[in-house]
Formats: sequence, structure tokens, C-alpha cells
Amino acid sequence: MPEDQKPEGQPPAQARPPAAPKPPAAKVPASMATTPWDGELPRILKEQFGGQIQEFSTYLGQNFLVAQPDSVIAILEFLKLEADFDYLVDVTAVDYPQRPERFDLVYVLYSFARNERIRIKTRIPDGYKPRTATTVHLTANWLEREVFDMFGIEFAGHPDMRRILLPEDWEGHPLRKDKLITAMDDRWVEEHLGIESGH
Amino acid sequence: MPETTFLDSSELVLNMGPQHPSTHGVLRIILKLDGEKVMGTECVIGYLHRGVEKIGENRTYQQFAPYVDRMDYCAAVSNGLGYCLAVEKLLNVQAPPRAQVSRVILTELNRIASHLIWLGTHALDIGAITPLFYVMREREEILNIFERYCGARLTTHAFRIGGLQYEIYDNFEQDVKAVCDLLLPKIREYDELLTENRIWMGRLQGIGVLNAEDCKAYGVTGPMLRAAGVKWDLRKAQPYSGYEQYDFEIPTGKNGDTYDRYTVRMEEMRQSIRIIRQAVEGIPEGPIMARIPKVLKPPVGEVYVSIEAPKGELGYFIVSDGSTQPYRLRVRPPSFINLQSLDRMARGALIADVVAIIGTIDIVLGEVDR
Repeated sequence: MPEDQKPEGQPPAQARPPAAPKPPAAKVPASMATTPWDGELPRILKEQFGGQIQEFSTYLGQNFLVAQPDSVIAILEFLKLEADFDYLVDVTAVDYPQRPERFDLVYVLYSFARNERIRIKTRIPDGYKPRTATTVHLTANWLEREVFDMFGIEFAGHPDMRRILLPEDWEGHPLRKDKLITAMDDRWVEEHLGIESGH
Repeated sequence: MPETTFLDSSELVLNMGPQHPSTHGVLRIILKLDGEKVMGTECVIGYLHRGVEKIGENRTYQQFAPYVDRMDYCAAVSNGLGYCLAVEKLLNVQAPPRAQVSRVILTELNRIASHLIWLGTHALDIGAITPLFYVMREREEILNIFERYCGARLTTHAFRIGGLQYEIYDNFEQDVKAVCDLLLPKIREYDELLTENRIWMGRLQGIGVLNAEDCKAYGVTGPMLRAAGVKWDLRKAQPYSGYEQYDFEIPTGKNGDTYDRYTVRMEEMRQSIRIIRQAVEGIPEGPIMARIPKVLKPPVGEVYVSIEAPKGELGYFIVSDGSTQPYRLRVRPPSFINLQSLDRMARGALIADVVAIIGTIDIVLGEVDR
């Protein structure tokens, strides 16, 4: 995709790779039309974390920042203690198989005191083990287990890193883009249900 | 996670569910017991996992809308509202005022229906059989309105991205008013049956306490958070669909126990009636559908949009790559996250209390497992 379409200072990883099972979408701009996120909070974070946060952006009025994978937990902790972001709403991932840093890890945070919602994103390669957020927010326990179950991202230091929705001896991680919607663990299905899994 | 110490010799592992009437579906809980006292729990979930998020990546935006109804099937209208709002945000469009008011009426009716189901099954778990029949009777009236409006009663698919497909029917206002008039005295009737009932109070008070700090740590939202004294409701905090126009209170509790959650939900039903009565008085004229293209291709981007569902914060995180299908569609389900706090609430309680605690979380396994 043409480099000149992208906003200044964004790493190429922002670009959208074509998804394998889907028809390629043409004619649309390939990156998010974000605007910079200015204000008190980005200023404090810049002061505290400097180059560990690569990007402060706003899209459709929603603020997010992109950070280095190894500084995410420190940012979560800082935001919780110093800026009242005491509620971790969600942890999830997005798979971009064509990118060297294959996964986006997304943390949604909310502050009751400020009535404000922000997202923290980080890009990690396949096999990278991000540190668990359970040390900061207890709710991360099941959320990270689900990310592990669906994407195969293992969290270092998690107290109970097992699958949560799929059976424990299931093989494969269904929300990875290289798994088609019909893909199953044939061995598991045959063994436990005694049926052919259909393909 | 705090470890409780107990004598190994007395530990008993008891399997509760998945086929157990008080687990509200297929929830399996492994209880570690010391006599009758619960020393630890482990939830085994996923029996109803259908891969909703994967399906979302393989359907167009409109095609996926009926699927969200099948997550929290007791509150299908709320699920649909959240999804439509998320896609509308991604498209940067807004439903017209007439559609918004109709959406509020239907969503609040659905909140009452969802709370009625919770009340009936919760009371049934505790041993009070009668309320279940009463709430089903009243819920029927609400479902009848859904049926007359869109033909479906449970998985309604009532809303479309950009507004509504169907104009409200001729006697809609009268029907809604009649249901409101019917419900208020009925809620008082449940009150008389339960609120001051010695057995009900004995089984609920001081059980499954979760204070405000724990709620925030576990990400618990909805009536459970409000019962712990936090006056927070997304309809007030970050209003959507014109909720800021309506006058209503956020009921809160003090102790964060099962009894407070009961009183909070009972009051929420009354507040919903209040909202509906205001909304139905002034349904504006005008179109019911925003001007959106037939083929939806939201620009590249991502949004997180959440609403106050009957069970708590229901969020949708959608990543668009500019094609007709979401690149990633994540549902932030309130039931799943609230259920995680079960362990904290059940430790130190008795087995019979675990039944009360499951009931008070108000889970729907369709949403927990997705």
C-alpha cells in the first residue's frame, strides 16, 4: 500500500494486511483516519513513559495509545494508581497474520472518577509472552484466559493459564485468521463425540 | 487469589452441574468443601460455546445482527441495541429520533422482562416457587408487545443498523401504557410476597457480599455494582439513544449482599416503567431509518461501544478493515465477567448459599459462553 497515505510518524505496522479468508477490499484508505490525542493525560503519560508509548490517537472521539509490549503493565498500574483508571473493562486481541508483530493486544480501561474510557494497544509477535495484568486488575484472570484460548497468546505470570471456553485438550486457537470458520479439532471431535467432524 | 487453608483430610470435592436446575443452564462448578463450608470454587464453562465472535468475522454487518440476540437470550433487544449502536458509531451515523425513542421503549420493556426472569428463577432457587408463575404471567404481556411489533418473542432482532425496519404498530402506545399500568401493582405484589419475608431475608441478607472495591477489581457492573453503593449506570454516565432526556433514578444498595441486589433490581423495574411512560408520551414523528447504504462498508477503524444491559456493561469492540464484514468483533459480556466474582462471594459460604449466589449474579449461559 502507498506509504504517503499514512499520517506522519506512524509505524508501518498500522497498515492493514489482507485477511486470508476474505476478499480484499479495495478503494478504501488502508489505515485508520486518526487524529492526535492531546490533553492532560497524554502529557503526564509522555512525561512518565517517554518513548515507551509510540502513539496517542483519537478515532471517532475514542482515545487510545499504542505502547511497547513490555511497558503495558507499568502503564496499567500507573493509570490505576495515579489517574483513577480503576476498572479494566476488557482485554482482547486482534490477529494480523501478515504482520511481523502478529497480534494487537487491546486493553479497554474506564475511570469512574473521570467518566472516561481509553484503550491501550500493543503489538506483539507470535510466541511472545506478555506479562499478565492480574497483578493490577483481578478481572484480567478470565479475560486473559479467553485470549489464550482463542489466540494462543500465553500470559507470563498468570495464576491459572488454561483454556476457558474450549475443552482443555482441544488443539488450535479458533480466532486466529488462519483457522477457517469450519475448522475443528478433528481428533477431539472423533474421540469424544464418536462422529466424523464433517470435512 | 487468596488461598484458604484447611485440613486435607476433610476436603471434599463436589461437582455441581452442568445439569443442575439452579445453575441456570449448563454451568459446572467444582466445589471444594470442608463439611458444608465452601473453601473454594472453580467454574467450568464453555458448554454453550458457539464461536459467536468467529461467526461475526464471517458475516456481513447486517447478517450478524440476529446472532447477537442468541447470546443473552433473556435480553435480546438490549444485545441488538448495543450492536446497532456500535456499527452506527463505526459508520458515524445516528438513528433518527423516532427510532431512538422506540428503541428506548422496547429496550426498557426488555430490561423488565429480563429482571422478571431473574426474580422468578432466583426465588425458585431459594425455595419460593410461587413468584416464578407470577413473573411468567407478567412477562407474557411484554413478550406479546414484542410479538405484535416484530413477530418474534424471544430472539427478536427488533432493530436494524441505522434505525428500525418496522414502524410501530397502531395500538403500540396503548399496549405499552397498559403493560406499565399492569406491572406496577404486580411488582408491589412481589414485594409483599418477598421483601419482608423472614425466610427470604434470612437466606439473602449478608450472603455473597461484594463491596465496591471488589466489584471494581473484578470488573463487575450492573445491578451488582450498584448494590455495593456505586451510583453508576451507563445510561446516566455516558447516555446513548437519548437517555439523557428521561427523568429516572439510579437505585443503589449499601451492603453489596444478595438482598441489596434484590432490592436494586426491583427498583430498577419501577424506574424502567418510569422511563417507558415518559418515552411513550412523546414519540416524535419522522423517519425510522437513517440514510445508510444498502451495502455497509465502514471505513477502516475500530470502536468500543457499550450500553447498560440488564446484567451490566455490554460492550462491542469492532475492528473494520473497510470491507463488508467486521475484521474483528469482540463482545464484552457482562455475565462472563460478573460470574468470575463467584469464587470471591462463595468462599466461606454454605452450599445452599452458593445456589443463592449464582442466582443473584443473574447469568445467562448463552452469554457467558457465546
